[in-house]
Amino acid sequence: MTSDMAFFEFLCRMGDNTLVLGHRVSEWCGHAPVLEEDIALANTALDLIGQTQMWLGLAGEVEGEGRSADDLAMLRDAWDFRNVLLAEQPNGDFGQTMMRQYLFDQAHVLLLEKLAQSSDERVAGIAAKAVKEVTYHVERSRDTVIGLGDGTSESHRRMQAALDLLWPYVGEMFTDDEVSGIMAAEGIAPEPSSLRAGWDAAVQQTMSEATLVIPDSGFAHAGGKTGFRHSEHLGHMLTQMQWLQRAYPGARW
Amino acid sequence: MTVSVDQIWGWLDEVPDPEIPVISVVDLGIVREVVLEGETVTVAVTPTYSGCPATSVISMDIETALRDRGIKDVKIETRIAPAWTTDWLSEKGRSRLEDYGIAPPQPAGGPEKCPHCGSRNVTRVSQFGSTPCKAHWRCTDCLEPFDYFKCI
Repeated sequence: MTSDMAFFEFLCRMGDNTLVLGHRVSEWCGHAPVLEEDIALANTALDLIGQTQMWLGLAGEVEGEGRSADDLAMLRDAWDFRNVLLAEQPNGDFGQTMMRQYLFDQAHVLLLEKLAQSSDERVAGIAAKAVKEVTYHVERSRDTVIGLGDGTSESHRRMQAALDLLWPYVGEMFTDDEVSGIMAAEGIAPEPSSLRAGWDAAVQQTMSEATLVIPDSGFAHAGGKTGFRHSEHLGHMLTQMQWLQRAYPGARW
Repeated sequence: MTVSVDQIWGWLDEVPDPEIPVISVVDLGIVREVVLEGETVTVAVTPTYSGCPATSVISMDIETALRDRGIKDVKIETRIAPAWTTDWLSEKGRSRLEDYGIAPPQPAGGPEKCPHCGSRNVTRVSQFGSTPCKAHWRCTDCLEPFDYFKCI
């Protein structure tokens, strides 16, 4: 794999994570349990989609084949997406959505802090901007996980179920491969495995405050960020997200 | 026609922010540079939040304002780095925000006082408010809710 190809893959991973999770979160718009949560989720989704514009915009530039961020988002099918499996998991109930958000946000913020020091100044610029937004995301998702985990017996039960359900998807965020090896060698991005200890410590602290028990299993699903095997949920999501371009190819505002 | 860079800054200071019209795009600190080369004016704009839908409206408003003043060749350059920070809000902008009922950003991470009654007894309702740049707070004395301009 050439370093340009690895760079493109890396940028798609960044942009597809924010795109797919941003779309998932936006599905709550108008449906959240209370108005403040509805607004907060919509704001989070908006930040993530904005970050997608920057990551996929740069991906198109690096690829050099004239594809825009919109082209990459709307004209690729499931097998070309490079998001982690966690991001595409369905919303479930509000607690499950917030658990997914926290598990992702905590990794996202640690990664962006490192990327702000990237040897590529475009990557560093995007990360420095995004980390300000994601700091707010993790503050809120963490508070919500603690509030609901250490809440009523019903909210506690649901949060524990959400953690048990989503835990097998966290490992994929920290696996290294050829793409990450090339990025690390060039100083563009850290090896994902190097973020695990910091993430574990933060998540351990949060779950303990939330009175939730982290599952005793290291099993991790794989296949999202390599595109090798997405879960069945991504394709269904894309039929919604890409509906307009699929029904009216080339449609513009 | 002859224009100076200072004149252009003055015109831009009359372009209101589309979401918070009491402050200008210059007050907001998103206009980073104005370059005049012959007949061409290039304005460097740094977006506030990456997904802020007002960004494209702001660029269009800047272009329209300059064209209305007879500048034919306007270029808008989007500059991501260094990232926008609320430290770039002007003093005039901060006081206008407060008059308008929006508490200006504070390094401490929360509003200094209620923009309605001036009480320091305020509590956070949500980290997120009506636009990406604001959080939702409430005064525990006058009981009025208010927006707080998030510090980033």
